[in-house]
Parts: sequence; C-alpha cells; structure tokens
Amino acid sequence: MSTVFIALQTNEETRPIIEAIVEDNPHARVNEAPAMVKIDADGRLVVKRSSIEERLGRDFDLQELHINLISLSGNIEEDEDQMILAWKN
Amino acid sequence: MDMQVAKKKLGLKEKYQVMTRDLDWTPTYQKMEDIYPYVQYEGIKIHDWDRWEDPFRLTMDAYWKYQAEKEKKLYAIIDAYAQNNGHLNVTDARYINTVKLFLTGVSPLEYMAHRGFAHVGRAFPGPGPRVACLMQSLDEMRHFQTQVHAISNYNKYYNGFHDFRKWHDRVWYLSVPKSFFDDAITAGPFEFIVAIGFSFEYVLTNLLFVPFVSGAAYNGDMGTMAYGFSAQSDEARHMTLGLEVIKFILEQDPANLPIVQRWIDKWTWRGYRVLTLVAMMMDYMLPKRTMSWKEAWEIYFEENGGALFRDLARYGIRMPKCAETIAFEKDHLSHQAWCTFYNYTAATAFHTWLPNEDEMQWLSAKYPDSFDKYYRPRFDFWREQAAKGNRFYNTTLPMLCQTCQVPLFFTEPGDPTKICYRETDYKGMKYHFCSDHCKEIFEHEPEKYVQAWLPVHQIYQGNCFPEGTDPTAEGFDPLKAVLQWYNIIHGRDNLDFEGSEDQRNFAAWRAQATRNV
Repeated sequence: MSTVFIALQTNEETRPIIEAIVEDNPHARVNEAPAMVKIDADGRLVVKRSSIEERLGRDFDLQELHINLISLSGNIEEDEDQMILAWKN
Repeated sequence: MDMQVAKKKLGLKEKYQVMTRDLDWTPTYQKMEDIYPYVQYEGIKIHDWDRWEDPFRLTMDAYWKYQAEKEKKLYAIIDAYAQNNGHLNVTDARYINTVKLFLTGVSPLEYMAHRGFAHVGRAFPGPGPRVACLMQSLDEMRHFQTQVHAISNYNKYYNGFHDFRKWHDRVWYLSVPKSFFDDAITAGPFEFIVAIGFSFEYVLTNLLFVPFVSGAAYNGDMGTMAYGFSAQSDEARHMTLGLEVIKFILEQDPANLPIVQRWIDKWTWRGYRVLTLVAMMMDYMLPKRTMSWKEAWEIYFEENGGALFRDLARYGIRMPKCAETIAFEKDHLSHQAWCTFYNYTAATAFHTWLPNEDEMQWLSAKYPDSFDKYYRPRFDFWREQAAKGNRFYNTTLPMLCQTCQVPLFFTEPGDPTKICYRETDYKGMKYHFCSDHCKEIFEHEPEKYVQAWLPVHQIYQGNCFPEGTDPTAEGFDPLKAVLQWYNIIHGRDNLDFEGSEDQRNFAAWRAQATRNV
C-alpha cells in the first residue's frame, strides 16, 4: 500500500496538532527530524478539527495548518471539519 | 434605524465559489481567443474550466491573513538571529558556502517562478487556476525577497555574497539552474505549469527544501531555517496545485495524455540535473549531515514518487523514463559533482575542501557500493598532492551539455569509470550531451536548444571579458579576465576553504565571542 505523509514544523503551535493526528490515526508513524516532524501513514491520513480544538481549548480553522506546514503527499480532500490525505490505489 | 442582521457565515465550499467563480465573467465584445491567445497552440484540450477544484479552497482574504502571520514570525526570527550574532553559532565556517550556493543558484529561480506564475495565471481562461497561480506568483516573490533579506546578514561578514544576481546570469555553474528556469518560462503555459508546478514542485521540491532546511537546523543556521520553513509552508499548496493541474488536464481529454507524459519525462530529468548541486551540498558541504543524497532520493522520489505514479496510473501516466538512470546515478552523483567543483574552484564564488577522515567514514557507510572503490582513492591522492604543494586547480574549460549545461562529468550508466558523451548533428553543427535523456530533449526541440547561452562557448568566443580586454596581448590570462567580468575576487571569493579569509575571520570572531579579549 502507498504511503501518505504530512510534515510539520516542531513548535508549540504544532504540538497539539501532532498529538491529535497521532490519536486519530493509530496506524501512523512519527519520524522526528531536526526542527520538523514527518508523519507517515499507509494509504490514508486524517486531520480532524475537533480533535485539535479539544487540545487547544479554542476554535481552530483547519487553514491555520498552512502556517506550520512543511510538506505533504497524497490527494487532498478538505472541508471545515477535516482534511484527508489519501492515494487512490 | 437599520437593524444589524447576523448573516450566516459562508461555508468553505461556498466561500471558494464566491471568491473564484463568481469573480469571473464572460466577455461579450472581445473574442475569447484574443483575450487568451496562448491556450491552444500546445495541443492541450480543455473543455470545461469549471471542473477545476482547489482542494484547499484557499481564497484571497484567508491568503493575506495567513501570509501576514508567516511574515511576522519570520522577521521576528531574522531580527533575533542578526541581533544575537547568530552567524557565529553555525557548526563551522565551511557551512556558509551552502548558503552562498543557495543564494546564487536558487533564490533567483524564486523570482523567475514569480514571473512564470503571473504569466500563466494571466494565460488561463479558468478562474480557479487563475486565483491559484496568482497566489503562487505572490508566494514566489515573497520567497525571493525573504531569502535576500535573511542572507544579506551573511553578506556583512563573509565573502561570496556581494554580487549574486550578476553571477546568476554569468557564472558557468549557475547557468545550470538559470537555463532550467529560462527553458520553463519560455514554454507554453501548460508546459510551464507541468514543468514547475508538477515535476519540480510535486516530484522534486522536497529534495531541495527539506534536506536544505533540515540541514540548516542541524548546523545552527537559524536564519536559513526560518526563511526555509516559511517558504516551505507555501510549498504544500504549490505541490497541491501541481497535482491538481495534472489530474485536471488528464481528465479533460484523452488526447492530452501523450503530451503530458512527454513533459513529465522531460522535466523530471531537467529538474533532477539541477538537483546535482543539492546532492553535493548534502553529502559534502554540510559539516553536520542530516541524511545522504541517496537516502533522500529513496524517501522522497522512490517511495513518495512511486506512490504518486501508481496513483496516476489510472490516467495512463507512467513513471518518468529517466528513473532507471537516476537509480544508477544515486551512488555516484554527489561524489562526481564535488570532485568536479574541487578541480574548478578557481572559478567559483564559493570555497571547496577535501572531506576529512570522519567525513570519509560517513561517506563509506552511506555509500558502501561506491565510495571506497571509486572516490576515496581520489581524495587520498589529492590530499597527498596538496600536502606536497601540488594543489591542482583546473583552468581548462570543460565541454558542456547543450541541454542541461552541466559539464560532461557524469559517467556511463553501468560504468562509473567512463565519462558519458553523446552527440547529434543538426543543420551542419555538432551538439554534445551528458546523457541520452538530454540528447532526446534536444532532438525533440532543436530550434529551442541551439540558442542556449553556454558559458564555455561564450568564454571561448571572447564574450566574457571586461570591456576593452585584448585577448591577443602578451601574457593574457583568460581566467583572470573572466573572474573580473564575473566580479569574483581572485584569492578571496574562490579557491580552497583552507587558508581563506572566511576561515580566518570566523575563527577570530568566534574566539572573541567566547573570551574577554
């Protein structure tokens, strides 16, 4: 199965986001590099707004992800509630 | 009195509709083909521009808001870095040469990308891609400006930064990235966006920015890390645009497939050749290494690119043809490039050096099939010669590839001891190439590539000396004249790192920073 990934800067803003992604994607693997975290997952990865908001204790707009995003792969489907990265194979 | 009625906030999809499609209109007194004259001639057929969808659905209002936030973060770090004499915290002064290479080789491409995306955004009749191209065009301008700002701090202290823009236009090794982008922006709008948006941004950009920025973090360069990550935060959107472009074009008409496949083959190879400089930077120029070029290639091209091309197989797209050649070269690329630069560093605006014993052990471990057998003996020999006072600087100009403009130093697929030469005849002239792929690209569009401005040819034709130079005068030194025309100061900006002014200054300033003298 093909791997998708999302890479984020390592900082205080991304800590709750990374925690949320890890909890919502039990199959994901976290790779820590200098100043950055790359999360790999087979087939599909979901980023959920509600999980991030729970940790942040405030409203979160998924487009805020762009501020600390480094890279990603896969086809993207995004609405107000979640962003999904997936390969169709 | 007017009552304030709370309006329902638009959802993401509605907002995207309102801020892209609803801003468009159908012209009535001008013909579409007069307004958009460049969308037909490449042969790409688009039937319905409204099928275009930006998966992020980013609109201009949100774009300004998030970009402003990125800029504030970035400039706070750049200021802190400068205020704290951050340049003295890098691992060692050799590292600074990677920043020189980036500023002269990569930053001017950001500016060209700004122009390119402005141009194609204007050329496309669909409002969706127009808005996406507008944002990318602004991003690229931002990248160029922030890189120049951040790196200007190094220019206050170190050599090899003072005339980067001129060097990009004139210096021999910089014609490799320059001609790559000139090739792209002189193509049609669809080829440009496949070349840069897909082949470069989606398939290859992770190999440029992620190792470079991670390398900066590893080597204590907070300034470069900050502008690198700030630029990279836009790249995810650029990559997404690149992927959407391919899917959109392929879904519009089956006749588009062979055209797009040819572009993917061409531009993956063109981009890969430019990344030769990155391969060398990762394996030789970072004092503290993050990962080898080979490892980065395996993760970002073989693994991720593999997944991408399996996904695109449903449209009939296959892996670029050059992937096999590249797989062979991954054990050799960085070594061959660094050996070449070590030989030609009399004509470069940065310093080179021989890898020390620790570094050679790292290279052996990362390249068990090639380093000890083919490359360590060369470094040992050169070290021995240098110790005897025979440091050899090559001043004979190399033959260049007509397509990628890299000197012919790559070896035959399957034989790393034999230089690869290819040639072809066109209208009574002979043209030379580094590989079958570059030869094939030329043969498909010879009228374009015969116009290439090849630095070596230009030097031999006498076009790269200061005005008034007399090459027939007794004792004429062509290298000296070329360096004057480049505005590279001989003995200061070029030659070995060992013994350089950069090395002496860094050591003296670092000592001052840690002692009360």
